[in-house]
Amino acid sequence: MNAIVSIKNLHKAYDSGFVALRGVDLDIAEGEILALLGPNGAGKTTLISTVCGITVPTSGKITVGGHDTVTDYRAARSLIGLVPQEINLEPFETVENTVSFSRGLFGKKKDPARVAEVLKMLSLDDKAKSKIKELSGGMKRRVLIAKALAHEPRVLFLDEPTAGVDVELRKDMWNVVADLKAHGVTIILTTHYIEEAEAIADRVGIISKGEILLVQNKDEMMAQMGRKELRVDLVEPVETIPDALTKYDLVLAPNGRAVTYTYDTRAERTGIRTVLNDLDAAGLRMADLQTQQSSLEEIFTTLVKEQSA
Amino acid sequence: MNWTAIRAIYVFEMARFFRTLTQSLISPVLSTSLYFVVFGTAIGSRIETVEDVSYGAFIVPGLIMLSVMTQATSNASFGIYFPKFIGTIYELLSAPVNFLEITLGYVGAAATKALFIGVIIFVTAFFFVDITVQHPFAMIAFLLMTCVSFALLGFIIGIWAGNFEQLQLIPLLVITPLVFLGGSFYSVTMLPPIWQTITMFNPVVYLISGFRWAFFGTADVPVAISLAAIAFFMAACLAAIWWIFRTGWRIRQ
Repeated sequence: MNAIVSIKNLHKAYDSGFVALRGVDLDIAEGEILALLGPNGAGKTTLISTVCGITVPTSGKITVGGHDTVTDYRAARSLIGLVPQEINLEPFETVENTVSFSRGLFGKKKDPARVAEVLKMLSLDDKAKSKIKELSGGMKRRVLIAKALAHEPRVLFLDEPTAGVDVELRKDMWNVVADLKAHGVTIILTTHYIEEAEAIADRVGIISKGEILLVQNKDEMMAQMGRKELRVDLVEPVETIPDALTKYDLVLAPNGRAVTYTYDTRAERTGIRTVLNDLDAAGLRMADLQTQQSSLEEIFTTLVKEQSA
Repeated sequence: MNWTAIRAIYVFEMARFFRTLTQSLISPVLSTSLYFVVFGTAIGSRIETVEDVSYGAFIVPGLIMLSVMTQATSNASFGIYFPKFIGTIYELLSAPVNFLEITLGYVGAAATKALFIGVIIFVTAFFFVDITVQHPFAMIAFLLMTCVSFALLGFIIGIWAGNFEQLQLIPLLVITPLVFLGGSFYSVTMLPPIWQTITMFNPVVYLISGFRWAFFGTADVPVAISLAAIAFFMAACLAAIWWIFRTGWRIRQ
């Protein structure tokens, strides 16, 4: 993997004694969208803040584009754009000025055309002269993204971009992210919404109590998640599964009173109807039916529980 | 050196000043006029001269210093405290800039604002009294150094302050008394001997004395000592700021 961000054995303990990160290792490939999923207090924001230079690592090494974030911070930070979780904006400034300011702060020459382009991309072009305090919450979030993009970063960190945002705006934000990816920007976003990770990420990292528990390709994770089980309780117990039903890979319960069929919810045909028909044809009388889905939430909960144990 | 970043901070900070231009200018002009009316005309008419200078003219350097010191301190402290308060400091901390660049941007803007106000008061004074400046270059130098060093002090206060009360605390409890007792409105030689000695521990005395010397050629303390005092003060503030950024005190965890 051609890693644009590389994090090695990163530890962070705050002065208060709170340990926020415990040996994080993470490589982020150029051009990908990585979603960091974790409960509140898992260390998501600390991880982002440490990469961006807002907090100082206790130990470990971070490089961005091959530049160490401590010893070669200028080169490293020039490549990074950060969209914070809170809406932190100068209320009395205009959108245009505040975005221009961000560009200058990162050492890029004044470029009104580039600023206009960023504003247009975020549908803020008609708000360029508006004062920030006059904008809606959703627009303010867009301004934060515009600020982060003003200096043309190669890596963009989005810290919970859709926390407390309505459904429509969330979808909007996802489109913005997809658009950025199309422009070649590497995106790392934190979230505690599983559907958000599902909707936009290429890879999903699960973080809890300052540790990365799992980083996996989203599709692989989804394949696990997409599996669903259909359990059929039988009126009369059976000892073996009839030959006519072997093609369904059914699993018989030890007491012979139930069979379980596993299927993929995303497949074109789940096969549920034929299974039920064939069960009936084989003379097995059904007493009850229930289905159960393994979800990212479940994977997540299992992982977090295993960690606590 | 990231000059573009320094310029960006400077321009952004100055924009805040120009947004509120009317109140930025009217308030110092009004308060100075009041000082002239009360001290210069009402009280001054009974004092007549101090060290061969009419009392109205004598208080001009002190008045300019009083405003410049308080404005430089409050502008710089507010300038860096406000981003902390509203959270926009994240951007400064994640930008490819070092402490010197951040300081130059904020302190430069705060010093410029204070300088503007100093000049405005100077011009206002012409409407009330006759003044001649004997050492114009020295006057400009003292004015600039005072603007910068008190902006540096304000910058430190802004980083230290955890809330708006603390932001007001040092200017109110330390700077204002020191400036009033620093000979803004009187010559140190007018005090009883014991108070003259105590006054010498007030750093502001050296600044006002040097500034007044630039106007009238008379000073309470030798000009060289005034210069040394302000240089020392500036160096101490710079050292403190360097330490703050090196350790991340109150800004970077």
